Amino acid sequence: MENLTALDPRGPVAEMQMSLIQLSLYIMIFVIVIVFTIYIFVLIRFRERPGDTHIPKQVHGNRALEFIWTTIPILLLLLLAIPNVMDTFTLADTGVPEEGVDEALLDEDEAVEDYLVVQATGHQFWWEFEYPDLGINAGQDLYIPTDTRIVVELEASDVIHSFWIPSLAGKQDNIPGITNDLWFEAPEEGIYAGKCTELCGPSHWLMDFKVVAVDPETFAVWAENMAEPDEELTEPSGEVAVEGREVFENNCIGCHAVGDEGSPTGPNFTNFGERTVIAGFLEYNEDNLHDWIRDPESLKPGNDMPAFDENTISEDEMDSLIEYINDLRVLE
Amino acid sequence: MSNSAASSKSVIWDWITTVDHKKIGILYFLTGLFFFAVAGLEAILMRIQLMFPEMSFLGEQTYNEILTMHGTMMLFFAAMPIFFGFMNFIIPLQIGARDVAFPFLNNLGYWLFLFGGIILNVSWFTGGAPDAGWTAYAPLSSNSPGHGVDFYVMGLQVSGIGTLMSGINFLVTVINMRAPGMSMMRMPLFTWSSFVTSMLILFAFPALTIGLLLLMLDRIFGGAFFDVGLGGNVVIWQHLFWIFGHPEVYILILPAFGIFSEVIPTFAKKRLFGYTAMVFATLIIGFLGFMVWAHHMFTVGMGPVANAVFAVATMAIAVPTGIKIFNWLLTLWGGRIRFTVANLFALAFIPSFVMGGVTGVMLATSAANYQFHDTYFVVAHFHYVIIGGSVFGIFAGVFYWWPKMFGYRLSEAWGKWFFWLFLIGFHLTFFVQHFLGLMGMPRRIASYLDGQDLNDLNFISTMGAFLMGIAFILLVINVFISRKNTTNVNDPWDGRTLEWSIPSPVPHYNFAQTPLVRELDGLWFEKMNGDGRMKAAEPLDEIHMPNGSILPFFIALGLSIASFGVIFTSWIVIIVGLLVTFAAMFIRSIKEDHGYHVPVSEIKADQEVEK
Repeated sequence: MENLTALDPRGPVAEMQMSLIQLSLYIMIFVIVIVFTIYIFVLIRFRERPGDTHIPKQVHGNRALEFIWTTIPILLLLLLAIPNVMDTFTLADTGVPEEGVDEALLDEDEAVEDYLVVQATGHQFWWEFEYPDLGINAGQDLYIPTDTRIVVELEASDVIHSFWIPSLAGKQDNIPGITNDLWFEAPEEGIYAGKCTELCGPSHWLMDFKVVAVDPETFAVWAENMAEPDEELTEPSGEVAVEGREVFENNCIGCHAVGDEGSPTGPNFTNFGERTVIAGFLEYNEDNLHDWIRDPESLKPGNDMPAFDENTISEDEMDSLIEYINDLRVLE
Repeated sequence: MSNSAASSKSVIWDWITTVDHKKIGILYFLTGLFFFAVAGLEAILMRIQLMFPEMSFLGEQTYNEILTMHGTMMLFFAAMPIFFGFMNFIIPLQIGARDVAFPFLNNLGYWLFLFGGIILNVSWFTGGAPDAGWTAYAPLSSNSPGHGVDFYVMGLQVSGIGTLMSGINFLVTVINMRAPGMSMMRMPLFTWSSFVTSMLILFAFPALTIGLLLLMLDRIFGGAFFDVGLGGNVVIWQHLFWIFGHPEVYILILPAFGIFSEVIPTFAKKRLFGYTAMVFATLIIGFLGFMVWAHHMFTVGMGPVANAVFAVATMAIAVPTGIKIFNWLLTLWGGRIRFTVANLFALAFIPSFVMGGVTGVMLATSAANYQFHDTYFVVAHFHYVIIGGSVFGIFAGVFYWWPKMFGYRLSEAWGKWFFWLFLIGFHLTFFVQHFLGLMGMPRRIASYLDGQDLNDLNFISTMGAFLMGIAFILLVINVFISRKNTTNVNDPWDGRTLEWSIPSPVPHYNFAQTPLVRELDGLWFEKMNGDGRMKAAEPLDEIHMPNGSILPFFIALGLSIASFGVIFTSWIVIIVGLLVTFAAMFIRSIKEDHGYHVPVSEIKADQEVEK
């Protein structure tokens, strides 16, 4: 079971947000208990009893009471507003010096030593992850090292999307023409579910991604092989896979890149064989991969990938293509 | 042609041309209820789709269309018109007036609203309804293929003109048409909150008008306001929309607050506790409503300063709202509480709305909002305030004012079944959605994958929606089977305000003699200190009344024709439509119409019948 719920935070940002949620919840439960107590008492005590015809006293109001129920809520809200304002500023500060700011002028305490910048671009309906400092382009799976501050720069290519990893960090929007950022850390290794949370078209509900947190050593290997794939890794393992690479080069490379060959129009395929799902949601197996390539539209309506029927890719070619894609790995 | 056919034709003509605020009120009310049923059905379709994971009951595209229409219809064409119905019918009666300030405009407002609703729904039959959500965020809306979003733009634009007119009309009515002695601080709370609502309409709707205009220019006339590639900015839409959209939610809740402030004192047999505080709380809520729009946009990257300011401003709204809750509780305190259906809805509102209010404060916590935003937590929150507030207010008003509006009482027994089923269904549907949101379920998703622990709660939620649907059917049955309960309809609840001082159904001139108001809750004052009838402020005399007119119908019809011209980019149709509109306006300008006088003999005859 991968980590989905925000109720079980797995990193400092989600923990900060969870404790704020809890604080607000406790204050609100306090309010609810008071209101409900008065409410239930009033309904029982002052209900009309059979035969009761008295006219209640017509009370105008009470200044002291008005004062009390104006000031106490203000104090309760301050209790929540102050930590909220502090957290809002903490979350907005990625710790990365802005361009054009002289780093020498920055307060040393504020600078974060160890951080990794990732550009997350939302497309209808998939996620592109670029690591500008490492020269890596990846699709759908966001590999990160544990215990490192991840600074995500959010962009969008078509409509507004929103980047959310419930168990690691609350969301920020990916907006065309604007770059937003957020930061998070994942202390534990694992796979964390990510979702698009802004209505972006028919397949909005399928626009999932994964955050894969690995230890820094593994991440270094991953990053190295993604940037410059090892010959041994990219070279197809068998004859069938060699055929598959030909099919790939004839049909797929216009949109999908392996290593530095191919176009970034669609998700990068360099490490496709290590994905846990296809197209963000389909269980990774050969049948699903086959069905997806044959008819992506019926599985994920509105996505840009064309269908490849048997005239374009025959069943035999499909088998070898799938074998080749399965072989695309950078970590083994 | 038989006599009955001739008279039925004249009945239809009478309702189309009417300038009587009561008939227009009923038109608004019944049309709104019809749209409410349609939008409710759309909600049930969505809940069926979400009953199990990976359902294919509705396709994704259809789901997005139904989702958009549900929100748009509920807010613009169900909740608001139903409140307009109450306002139209009740405000003049509560302030002792014979009509609204601008009866002609009132009729025009109704037809613009109805035609706007029709334009929007025609989209179903012309290749698909709008699919970008009721918020229509650009560039999803500005790039949406087909004509769906065009229908959204023009439907809202046409009905928005009507809404703006109605808002102005109510403002002028309340300021100018009050009976002698009805000072502002003696006005019933429903009239007060409708007055504040009208102010919100006046200032909020122009922002929507501008937003829709930009969207129309982008979609139909090659504009680039939301085209990033040409230097546009998509966040502008969100600001314009929420500068309108946040006051809009107060437009929906304040009239409901007003209804509760009528119903609770009536059935507790006590004067509203802290009347002055209630009035000022309403004004403050209305004012703050314009200061908080960006709390819908905490995640668009406005920066920590803006987020912090809007978070604190939003939390501040909890204060006047809390004042209201405590004043209602203290109104009940020491009273003699009758559990009629109207009051049951008012009483159920208090805990339900408090639950929606506290999640509102939680959402206002900007740093935590990054987790809540655009999840089912938000869906749960706004349904708690809109159903627990506005819709409960509507149903309280339905049972409370039905005898005054339609001349018969709804069955209390059927009403109680309706109430309990609806209440249980409502909490069942939406309470679990708080958890769904935090468990990782974004809002506006056409389905969800299996194996994410979201299945059970979604199933429960759908069951609740079915209960609400069944409950609504009971209300409809109630409306039909109760038609013979015509006894004791003038003042069935031992009312406190002026509308209960006149017969039901109300004579078309409302008050035979303009009443003299001597205290807050004028009728109650006369019951306690006088003979139980309002004192007259004028001798019995002829009453001057306005004539009906068919012109508003044509003004609205012309604009609707022009709208279809815009949607399908046909200049001829646009010009024809505008010609119809301007011709009708021209006739209105040159034709003198002095109205007519109701003779004293007719008034006296009515009074004889009443006795």
